[in-house]
Amino acid sequence: MLSLGIDSGSTTTKGALFDGTNIVRTQVIPTTSNPKESMRRLYEEMHTDQVGYVVATGYGRELLPQADKRVTEITCHARGAAFLCPKTGAVVDIGGQDSKVILLDRDRNVVDFLMNDKCAAGTGRFIEVMMRILEEDLKNIDQFVAGKHPVNITSMCTVFAESEIVSLLAQGVDRGDIALGIIQSICKRTSFFAKRLNLHDTVFFSGGLAQFPIFCRTLEEFLQLPVVTHPMAQLAGAIGASVIGYQKAKQILK
Amino acid sequence: MEIKKELPAIFEEFAQARRNSFITAKELKDKDIPMVGVFCTYFPNEIANAMGAVVVGLCSTSDETIPEAEKDLPRNLCPLIKSSYGFAKTDKCPFFYFSDLIVGETTCDGKKKMYEYLGEFKPVHVMELPNTQSENALVLWKSEIIKLKEVLEKHFETTITEEQIREAVHIKNEERKALKRLYALPKLVPSPISGMDIYNILYGSTFKFDKKAIPQEIDKIIEKIKAEYEAREDKTRKPRILITGCPLGGVSEKIIRAVEAQGAEVVCFENCNGAKSVEELVDEDAADIYEAIARRYLNIGCSCMSPNPHRLRLLGQLIDEYQVDAVVDVILQACHTYNVETLMIKRFVNQEKGIPYMSIETDYSTADAGQINTRMAAFVEML
Repeated sequence: MLSLGIDSGSTTTKGALFDGTNIVRTQVIPTTSNPKESMRRLYEEMHTDQVGYVVATGYGRELLPQADKRVTEITCHARGAAFLCPKTGAVVDIGGQDSKVILLDRDRNVVDFLMNDKCAAGTGRFIEVMMRILEEDLKNIDQFVAGKHPVNITSMCTVFAESEIVSLLAQGVDRGDIALGIIQSICKRTSFFAKRLNLHDTVFFSGGLAQFPIFCRTLEEFLQLPVVTHPMAQLAGAIGASVIGYQKAKQILK
Repeated sequence: MEIKKELPAIFEEFAQARRNSFITAKELKDKDIPMVGVFCTYFPNEIANAMGAVVVGLCSTSDETIPEAEKDLPRNLCPLIKSSYGFAKTDKCPFFYFSDLIVGETTCDGKKKMYEYLGEFKPVHVMELPNTQSENALVLWKSEIIKLKEVLEKHFETTITEEQIREAVHIKNEERKALKRLYALPKLVPSPISGMDIYNILYGSTFKFDKKAIPQEIDKIIEKIKAEYEAREDKTRKPRILITGCPLGGVSEKIIRAVEAQGAEVVCFENCNGAKSVEELVDEDAADIYEAIARRYLNIGCSCMSPNPHRLRLLGQLIDEYQVDAVVDVILQACHTYNVETLMIKRFVNQEKGIPYMSIETDYSTADAGQINTRMAAFVEML
């Protein structure tokens, strides 16, 4: 028996198939202006006769009629992080349109969480917009900022930070220095936010930005706690959904 | 009086009480009955009731008039203050229109500064509410209550006797006791009544002007609810939530519905319309009735008091009595005092009571409804 988890995020829709021990297959597709359609597409590509239980999560979790259960991304991220890294004590997730911090107890249950959902500052969207102005692909960020000296980006607001960067460029400041400044700005803001919860253990970093080592190192520096991630960190929500789904299916079979 | 209506119809009637009483307000005005408009649970109703006046809440709950208010007031001000001012300025609130006198208190900074402008539209009297609960504060507050009596006597050209005040105290106490009997129903597990219905009754009852009739009406409802509860078959326990923080008027749908849609039940309200303003009675037998009234109102555990021990005392008591599983603290955007207190409340709820706590900052718009639903769902999943 397999369980399928589908995470409908604001930027990408992710799927994971779980066999009770291993994640056997994952898939990521962009979320279009029709998130329902993106979920349906991913479901059709991943669903097989072996799938016994489907859990939907993320902003679009209500949009998949085939789902057996809908669970919030908070719970799914926590479960996914604990699956990928069993020593996780907290999750910091920088998503496309919000960032969240989730505190886990010893049994890896959610005990507290915070969501920054009021503004784009400190989210993946912030870095996307900034990289566009710098005309640099986010994929190359690690090489782009290697050996650079960060400039201080002070604006808290995505729109104002944009004009701050435009004026830095006009002053002839190095683009790599600016990019490193932006990374520091996001990580600093995220860690201030995260410190509102009493983090004390290993922090699991998820979301699309976690795949870039520079973000992990910078976050670690500001949090002053060990920060780990996983090659599948971007899929933590979908993985968590599939793990929850598998447990549900087993309960039913009993 | 036999209530023949079904419970949903009764609850709906309470939910619509504010709107329905617009006409009642006009009828009262036609009969020359004085009407006093108020904004806050600190207003000592008994003094106005003693001269036969009707007291009506003017706190506004819609973002409809906020753009108009923002022409005069800062944008980063609490939505309750902006909305209330906006309704006064645009003359869209019938209760404001019918009020002969508005009485405010020096509660939070936003409100007391707003009252300074409100005088441009209507006669306004502002009571000086102390910001501590010391014995000196009590002396001041008692003198402010006596002053209110004098202001009312002068404005309405009447006299208010101590006997009338004592009668008003008794009637108001009976109303409070009845409301408490109703909102205490969720002490039963599971709750026999939804949080939304409790909220609507508590809020709606403030727009029922025949205060003497309230206890009987409420008791009939309680009887009906209990009868239906006994017949109910599914008695599965659901996660039990207590709501505290700012007044819920403009955000009740967004918050209470979101909690209850996730399979939890709101079993207790500590906010202004709930236990905070109802739980404590005035000592009817006190030798000095003014002091008894002053003491009762000064004891309200509002965040405009510093320090504010009564909020914690009441919260602790309610968490135990209602077997609460988690606390949701609702903060209206830019309400500094409640926002600052979130840390104290979180510590108390997490550490002393050992249950989860979440604070939500929101306003009267629907922009964050999706996010609030997600956060509520995640919070309930945690329990």
